[in-house]
Amino acid sequence: MSLIPLCAGFIPLVDAAPLIVAKELGFAEEEGLALSLVQAPSWSTLRDQLAFGHIQTAHMLSPVPVASHMGLIHGLPKLQALSVLSMNGNVIGVSPDIATRLADAGYAFDFADALDAGKAVATLPKPLRIGVPFHLSMHAELVSIWMDTAGLKPDLDYQIHAVPPPLIAGAIKNGDLDIFCVGEPWGSYTVDTANGTLILPGAAIWTAAPEKVLASRADWISTNEDSACRLIRALWRAGQWLDHPSKRLALAEILARKDYVGVPSDLIDRALTGELVVTKDGDTRRHPGFLQFHTNGVTFPWQSQADWIAARLTQRFGAAVRDPKPDAQTVFRSDLYRKSLSNLGAPMPLTNSKIEGGLSQTTEVRAVSGSLSLAQNRFFDGQTFDPHR
Amino acid sequence: MAKNLTIVVVEKDRDRACAIVDALAETGSHKIHVLAEVSGLARSITKFAPDVVLVDVTDPSRDAIEQLAMASAPLERPVALFVDRSDAQLTKAAIEAGVSAYVVDGLQNDRIKPILDAAIARFQMFQRMRLELETTKRALEERKIVDRAKGILMKARGLGEEDAYALLRKTAMDQGKRVADVSQALVTASELLS
Repeated sequence: MSLIPLCAGFIPLVDAAPLIVAKELGFAEEEGLALSLVQAPSWSTLRDQLAFGHIQTAHMLSPVPVASHMGLIHGLPKLQALSVLSMNGNVIGVSPDIATRLADAGYAFDFADALDAGKAVATLPKPLRIGVPFHLSMHAELVSIWMDTAGLKPDLDYQIHAVPPPLIAGAIKNGDLDIFCVGEPWGSYTVDTANGTLILPGAAIWTAAPEKVLASRADWISTNEDSACRLIRALWRAGQWLDHPSKRLALAEILARKDYVGVPSDLIDRALTGELVVTKDGDTRRHPGFLQFHTNGVTFPWQSQADWIAARLTQRFGAAVRDPKPDAQTVFRSDLYRKSLSNLGAPMPLTNSKIEGGLSQTTEVRAVSGSLSLAQNRFFDGQTFDPHR
Repeated sequence: MAKNLTIVVVEKDRDRACAIVDALAETGSHKIHVLAEVSGLARSITKFAPDVVLVDVTDPSRDAIEQLAMASAPLERPVALFVDRSDAQLTKAAIEAGVSAYVVDGLQNDRIKPILDAAIARFQMFQRMRLELETTKRALEERKIVDRAKGILMKARGLGEEDAYALLRKTAMDQGKRVADVSQALVTASELLS
């Protein structure tokens, strides 16, 4: 049988792992795909490569496909998410100057309590300059709900700047940023090379944030549904592989390669183990479930996630939004996900939506057949989001 | 007569920046600014209030510029909207040549086209140069490795230079590999053993 050639783009980040593993460990090939991977230099270029058909699918920030249905991405074709690639995995950190100020004010640096961290940050001189990788990103959403809860106003008290992940360390070194929120390994890299201090994992703001998705053009999916289903299966099986703690060593070595993430494997290990070095002096903090790829229904593209993102984007971009309520089933394709995985024995939830922020702990729920465990889903401020209300 | 356009070119390499500026200057008397500093890029661009921003698609700081394409904050003025994709063909050609362009909303296509055409031609030249440079570099490196492998064989097995090369070539053919790869393996192995 000849393989179907398929090209996928990614950004050098630890959470590109499912795509990289799907290729390197042969899961894509077993699904009949000849998968080739290309590293993109920036999120905008990755998005353009998708738009112009240079690649068929991509490792993408979860808000990007949603934004493409809301008129926030000017003149580009609509994108859809086939599955969720990862949950959480970002870190929030501060510049050396801010770390000193926080320490002087008696902040505990517990790497856990976002309410407490927000209160401490709210006492700093304003406006705070906060770097995130892209203006349409989970990072930007997490940072803005964190700041809003701390009582800070956008623009007046804090400004969000887009700084590409590998350049965050340089921006901290140059004193261009006070705070950063970035995916690994670039937070750890900023600790090691620019004396940054990590103060929170993204999961401390939302324990179940859909971070990256597998995105393709809507028109490509409708004419290549079979290939899309093969991709979903290959990635699901890759996720199964890489969630095994025993594979961690091999995974870190594969990701470390120059054509993938291109940083030493010990830096990558930190995100995989959830044991982060938070200061240059080597202080570590552990956060279980720091970055998750597979278990607890992580990869299911919930329509409520798309709805939550749409509500957030509407709040942040107001006037620029053309369609504030895009049809979630055409954005996060839970239908295709179900169809692709029904034969693999993947447990499927009974509905395509859930209440975001509504699970105080990992919970076993009834599934289409048998049961399914769902990850803890809690916002630090206790908010809940019911898409049907 | 339409006013001259203000163009910002984001480019760290001085020679490349000069080449782009020269090419743009031929399309009319525009005000052209080159920005080489990544730090505070969005702010610097805002200051020039450009009609067109040109940036290499492989430059990661593109994402910082992208932010300007949205009026995200009430205090900020939307500086540039992403290139008007009504001319998708032109945009596609630009991306393929390795340049992305941000154009102020409402600027007419016939005013942008000559600028983009000039930029595209220049970036295509850069791409060719880069490819040539990489190929030449690789060929030179491979030749060095093959020479070292030949030397190892000549010493270890008492072969003449031609016979040493013939042996490398035969091994490569038998294994379905390139001579350079077989040579590399030999060099690595002999480094481990010595």
